[in-house]
Amino acid sequence: MRIFWTLLRRELSSFFLSLTGYVIIAAVTLLVGLSFVVLIAGVGSDPFTAPVTEMFYGTFYFWLVLLLATPVITMRLFALEKASGTFETLMTTPVGDMQVVAAKFTAAIIFYMVAWLPLLACLFIVQHFTNQAGALDGGTMGGMYLGIFLVGCVFLSMGCLASAISYSQMTAAMISFVLGVSLFSLAYLAKSTPVNAHWQTQVLAYFNLFDQMHDFARGAVDTRAVIFYVSATFLFLFLTLRVVESRRWK
Amino acid sequence: MIQVSNLTKRYAGGRTAVDDISFTVARGEIVGLLGPNGAGKSTTMRVLSGFMPATSGTVKVAGFDVFHDSDETRRRIGYMPENNPLYPEMRVREYLKFRARLKGLGWKKSRERVTTVMEQCGLTDVGRRVIGQLSKGYKQRVGLADALVHEPELIILDEPTIGLDPQQIRSVRALIKSLAGKHTVLISTHILPEVEMMCGRVLIMLGGRVLASDTPENLQRRMAGGSQIIAEIAAPFEALRAVWENLPEVAQFDISAGEGEFFRCALTPRDGEDLRPLIFNLARVNGWALRELTRSRHSLEDIYMQVTKPTTEAVE
Repeated sequence: MRIFWTLLRRELSSFFLSLTGYVIIAAVTLLVGLSFVVLIAGVGSDPFTAPVTEMFYGTFYFWLVLLLATPVITMRLFALEKASGTFETLMTTPVGDMQVVAAKFTAAIIFYMVAWLPLLACLFIVQHFTNQAGALDGGTMGGMYLGIFLVGCVFLSMGCLASAISYSQMTAAMISFVLGVSLFSLAYLAKSTPVNAHWQTQVLAYFNLFDQMHDFARGAVDTRAVIFYVSATFLFLFLTLRVVESRRWK
Repeated sequence: MIQVSNLTKRYAGGRTAVDDISFTVARGEIVGLLGPNGAGKSTTMRVLSGFMPATSGTVKVAGFDVFHDSDETRRRIGYMPENNPLYPEMRVREYLKFRARLKGLGWKKSRERVTTVMEQCGLTDVGRRVIGQLSKGYKQRVGLADALVHEPELIILDEPTIGLDPQQIRSVRALIKSLAGKHTVLISTHILPEVEMMCGRVLIMLGGRVLASDTPENLQRRMAGGSQIIAEIAAPFEALRAVWENLPEVAQFDISAGEGEFFRCALTPRDGEDLRPLIFNLARVNGWALRELTRSRHSLEDIYMQVTKPTTEAVE
């Protein structure tokens, strides 16, 4: 456990000590700000009864953040260490492979959540200037952040896998972007395909990220979605671990 | 300390980097792995350090198998890979503390050890500097300090002096020499004088095999012919020839005309005997002028060239 904390501290500090870290935060802030502008414009023109958090998911920018920021966050994790050779110094100390994977993923998810913090500011502005109590409450906000966290876990664990299998950051970013877009397209397909008696459509329904996110934004936590996200994350992290271990039997 | 038996490492794609090598290293020895690039030195070290498994054969460090008791062996090894990779964004002290903690040292112990190795490696003045901005010599010392920080029994250094200027090479060498006795050290290099200066024993590797393993002195002695004596003597040619022919200690000789009335004699002694006193006496008794009397020794370089040459030519 001590080694896990040591590794986590280093991973986090390298996020916050590098320019890339702040570029990501700035980019996420910009995209969140843009979706805020869209939200304000929407609220200004029509009467609006749903919680404002729902609006954020309705915009394209939210998904842009997921698709663009997560590959950039995770590309460095393993690929840079492999390219610079520090992977060798790291893995020849008495650290476990699982500790390394866990620390890197945890650092990525913490950084990702930090990058989402500016959204809170936008929400508070909305709350301050609307007198509707129903516009924003603890439940919807908690649900929304839980949704952001869970869907982020899935995308970041895909990024971890991509970084573990590649030797350059560029390749890692591209692979995880492609994986992300594939998942996104699958979600799009799921949304546009009505569920019927066929098992294919029922399986596909699990990939309907849009409706699931919509539920989270309303403050409704659907256990099926939570289990789907958590198990997908564990699957990708398990694959990452196997890739890291593979040098022992390759 | 190290027991390597029948180690073979084949990479994916079928290239055999290390081919059935066996050697042992005793506690407290400084051993040099010498060989041209691509001889399998780095691969051997990577297997020893536990980074890669062997294709076949066993490697034991301090009695533990590097594959099955990987954690135990990794705790006992300080390894500095080729090109000395570091995290450029970290500060020296911070990096060494991070490494000490990773290697299982406690909070207080790691602080103590970091201070000690920083003094040992001459890093005290740059503790607050960012590693990426340090000169190559300092970076190399950071790598060495990292290898030493957990007081390992075995230190494995892959080309520790590569890319340094002569001054820096000297200080790194002195540092490595000071580790003898307390630690077992395995160094790889393709620089010959380095091995002669630092190592108690040399393993010459080529094409994934160990071709020779001995002390530098013994290797020199074992060389075919051993040493040669060069004597420049002013004497009649015939007289010189008669003398060398009748001396039982001389195995081979070659006389060539030198300056003026001097002749240059190259003598190969039988059984590596030192002929110099004998020659001096001969010259004195016969009243010949003796201008030069030297013994040329085969340097490690000759041995290395001799051991590695035929195969490299065959490859070409």
